[in-house]
Amino acid sequence: MKHAYDLSRDNVQFGDLGRRWGTIALAVGVLGTAAAAGLGFAAGDGGKRFFWAWLVAFAYFLAMGLGALVWVMIQHMTRSGWSVLLRRIAEGIAGALPMLALLFVPLLFGLGELYHWAHADAVAHDPLLAKKAAYLNVPFFVARWAIYFAVWCGTAWALSRASRAQDASGDPALTLRMQRVSYAMIVPFAVTLTFAAFDLLMSLDPHWFSSIFGVYYFAGAIWLFFAVMPVLVWRLQANGRLTGAITPDLYQEMGKLLFAFGVFWAYIAFSQFMLIWYANLPEETGWYLKRWNGGWPLVGLLLILGHFFAPFLLIMSRAAKRNLRILIPVALWAMLMQWLDFYYIAMPEYEPGSGRVPLSLLDLAAFLGVGGLFFWMVSRNLASAPLVPVDDPRLHESLVFEEGV
Amino acid sequence: MADHSAPAAAAVPEVPVFWGYAAEFDSVTGVLHAAKECRDAGFTRWDVLTPFPVHGLNDAMGLRNTRLPWFVFGMGAIGFLTGNLMQWWMNAVDYRLIVSGKPFWSLPANIPVAFELTILFSALSAFFGMWVLNGLPRHYHPTLTSRRLKHATTDRFYVVVEAADPRFDRAKTREFLQSLGASHVEELED
Repeated sequence: MKHAYDLSRDNVQFGDLGRRWGTIALAVGVLGTAAAAGLGFAAGDGGKRFFWAWLVAFAYFLAMGLGALVWVMIQHMTRSGWSVLLRRIAEGIAGALPMLALLFVPLLFGLGELYHWAHADAVAHDPLLAKKAAYLNVPFFVARWAIYFAVWCGTAWALSRASRAQDASGDPALTLRMQRVSYAMIVPFAVTLTFAAFDLLMSLDPHWFSSIFGVYYFAGAIWLFFAVMPVLVWRLQANGRLTGAITPDLYQEMGKLLFAFGVFWAYIAFSQFMLIWYANLPEETGWYLKRWNGGWPLVGLLLILGHFFAPFLLIMSRAAKRNLRILIPVALWAMLMQWLDFYYIAMPEYEPGSGRVPLSLLDLAAFLGVGGLFFWMVSRNLASAPLVPVDDPRLHESLVFEEGV
Repeated sequence: MADHSAPAAAAVPEVPVFWGYAAEFDSVTGVLHAAKECRDAGFTRWDVLTPFPVHGLNDAMGLRNTRLPWFVFGMGAIGFLTGNLMQWWMNAVDYRLIVSGKPFWSLPANIPVAFELTILFSALSAFFGMWVLNGLPRHYHPTLTSRRLKHATTDRFYVVVEAADPRFDRAKTREFLQSLGASHVEELED
């Protein structure tokens, strides 16, 4: 029988370290953004390449924030005890969604560079786009994103606020409130995520449609979060935070989720592909045809092997999930692969049909810019409260948690 | 009661054979401690009976992790190959048929069946592999002869040591089990 770990023996304050991380992240974010702007200006293409790089980076960190948010909601809805020690970290990531609302604004200036449907003259000459214009038009697009961010930021804020209030009061009624918020918001979350994925990435090819696309984005999003979580916890522990409370048993749980949702992603990605490949209807196959020439088949193959097979085989065994020398490299690799997945979704639409994989320093700069600013806010969130919901009524369950052998 | 008057059974009187000891413990901590001592004493043919899963018991007993996952992984891989091979034989060799303009032998079309067979082979091999490793099905076991050991399903914990263990000694092992704090040591007969 395992006795509860005494949390008072651990350092649960991010404090000074958090402010230091925040400063580094802010510096990276500002420099990355400046570099992206500079390179974008230097490219002399009216900012087109900049907006595409920014779009991929934005889609990536938005996925991270949404993955964290839905995970927190699921913990409340399922009344999970095992995960309480990890929940505050996810709340910190989800709590940085307002930063993404801010980082979304640059995209609004590039809608014409990104989306074919944003050109009135193109719509006028295209019967399909004319039919879709009631949905795919700039004012409605902006209005939808205002609603999406209101739903996401509001939910993250409500859950985080109640959780922090509980640190002071220990009031179990707050647990019930967080549960009710999660029940109420999970369906709006699913709907907004689905349409956000349609708007942001699927409408890059406005002729194409895939009803599973929202699930595809969701699969990548939550997988990305399950990759980020063990890496963050590992860095916190390396810096003397939560050293005793978070055990190999909890790493194994995180590893299981990373393993499982890698399979889920593959299942969804293949489901989308197979139906389109089998039916072979021209209005659907176009999307894959663009990814069927030039350098893109290689990227697709890398995704099959690197996004699915490699993590699947590497962290399948129990011992591997408990071994940070295996779990952490796989998680870092997963973070890279998820970026590649979004790149594979978005960038073939940059020069449709050319087959060129337009890798550029701009992609790196935009990634660092969006990511730095995002993690600046994550660090601030985490530094402003204990790293663990210290008075959660289920904290004990997390502290005694042992893997079922 | 059933009729036991069959001639053959009457001719051979049953002689109960001493089979081993069952030491009874009242608490989880007690049985965990006893399990560690038995492990360190070097017993090999012994077991622990508890009414519910006890965390840490595997370590206390010194049990290795099960080899079942390797078996399941191997069978899953065989299932995947079987699925592919079967469809290759059916579609590309035995009964060539063009389906919606695809090649006879076409990997994407095979994936769903190969995937399902991977799952099926893995699940069945996990289930029946567990039977084999546990020596199931087994309809009889000497621990079932003791009325007292029925408490292993409700409120008592038992360390069972077989007489067949090389380190077993009828007097010393009884003393040893009692020294571990057993509230009672039951003799089991086969």
